Amino acid sequence: MSSIMAARIKKKRIAQLIAHGKRLDERGPSDYREIQIEAGLIERAEGSARVRLGKTEVLVGVKIETGEPFLDTPNEGVLTVNAELVPLASPTFEAGPPDENSIELARIVDRGIRESKAIALETLCVEPGKTVFVVFVDVYVLNHDGNLIDASALASLAALLNTKMFNYEVKEGEVKIKPGYTPLPLRNHPVAVTFAKINDKLIVDPWLEEEQIMDARLTMTVDKDGKICALQKGGYGYFTTQQIFEAAKIAMEKTEELRKLVVKE
Amino acid sequence: MSQKKQEKLIDENGVRLDGRKVNELRGLKIEVGILGNADGSAYIEQGKNKILAAVYGPREVHPKHLALPDRALLRCRYHMAPFSVQERKSPAPSRREMELSKVIREALEPSVFTEYYPRTSIDLFIEVLQADGGTRCAGITVASLALADAGIPMRDLVAACAAGKIEGQIVLDLTDVEDKAGEADMPLAYMPNANAITLLQMDGMLPGEEFESMVNLAVEGCKQVYQLQKEALKAKYMASKEAVKEEATEE
Repeated sequence: MSSIMAARIKKKRIAQLIAHGKRLDERGPSDYREIQIEAGLIERAEGSARVRLGKTEVLVGVKIETGEPFLDTPNEGVLTVNAELVPLASPTFEAGPPDENSIELARIVDRGIRESKAIALETLCVEPGKTVFVVFVDVYVLNHDGNLIDASALASLAALLNTKMFNYEVKEGEVKIKPGYTPLPLRNHPVAVTFAKINDKLIVDPWLEEEQIMDARLTMTVDKDGKICALQKGGYGYFTTQQIFEAAKIAMEKTEELRKLVVKE
Repeated sequence: MSQKKQEKLIDENGVRLDGRKVNELRGLKIEVGILGNADGSAYIEQGKNKILAAVYGPREVHPKHLALPDRALLRCRYHMAPFSVQERKSPAPSRREMELSKVIREALEPSVFTEYYPRTSIDLFIEVLQADGGTRCAGITVASLALADAGIPMRDLVAACAAGKIEGQIVLDLTDVEDKAGEADMPLAYMPNANAITLLQMDGMLPGEEFESMVNLAVEGCKQVYQLQKEALKAKYMASKEAVKEEATEE
């Protein structure tokens, strides 16, 4: 059941099909798997969402607490993204401190939210230089079937859109929580699209067995105005300049498509 | 934030704070083969960046279970010295350093014939002694030379350089100040012989239509770095050739 590695013959077949613009699960090169998004399933969290991308499943919880600002931004709240590749999600995940894969995942998601200035952090200041609100975005991978980056970025955006900021007042320097909520101010909607290069062809949304045979990976995060706000190449292979420009064009279309699934206007 | 609006990063003549033009690299100084114990080593100064790289291997893998049956295990550690930045950096590896170690490894691995040395490890250490923006790129540039100096068979040298956007203009090779104040920073690593981009990252905000020109500028920067890499590598061999000659005449 839980064979980690795709059989060699299957890998060969996947690569052959991709060379002809086809995929084993009958998707086209730039088709995503079925996406299901559910928001607000964790009542304890200020915001939460679960994204199912095919069999990949990611849950994101947002918690907001008071904390200290960074020295160079005393008037701004703090964004912290963390990713946990929990052992129940894959036979290859082990318990313990975050490894480079979970750190990279968290930092790609972080970069998209941070660079697009999605969260109005300047509204989360209680007392300049002393107390601000810290927005913790915790990515919890529940089932790994490839493309954790896009699933995590999408779930994080859905969770932030779902986040309710508690009302509060400041009494003698202490933050007192008052009843009632307002939505967390969100002004941008970054969405990530990940490409895999297999047999010198680009495909989007690689599933696990495609990831295992890909030469290289490229993630592009695009904001609501079509601006690129984060890039990350991964994997042991390379891309040519032409492939990167091609990917950028596809990313513009795909991010818009994905955004419509989360942002209902 | 506390400071008033800083002076402009690019003046009306298109000259940057350190006197460079928008498409100009910082001054580079590269030396190859400078550490005694390492199998290969190199040192780079790029502006105020000062970075050392050393390679050990191919050698036996420790711990043994990490050995790969069909190729060498390439490992990379990017690390910043506590005194390399304004505020002392804790010597423990940060999340940033762990991510950079990974992307640098993945930027160099396409260049190395790891399949020639199964069951061994090639360990690469990058120490940033002083940082002023663009250390991952300078780190890749110098690490690729250290690999070459160690005599490891490679498809090409990997050269790296960042392009970015400051005050609305696309510029090459950002300093720390430019990176922090600028709109976008895009490090890129490149193997000229294969037209292969082996590292691409970006943070910032960049309109889609400017993307291609930024990639192209970074690639041009890499090609310049590549020339300097080759010169530095040649200089090392010329120096050892001279040394051999001198020895011969002495005898």
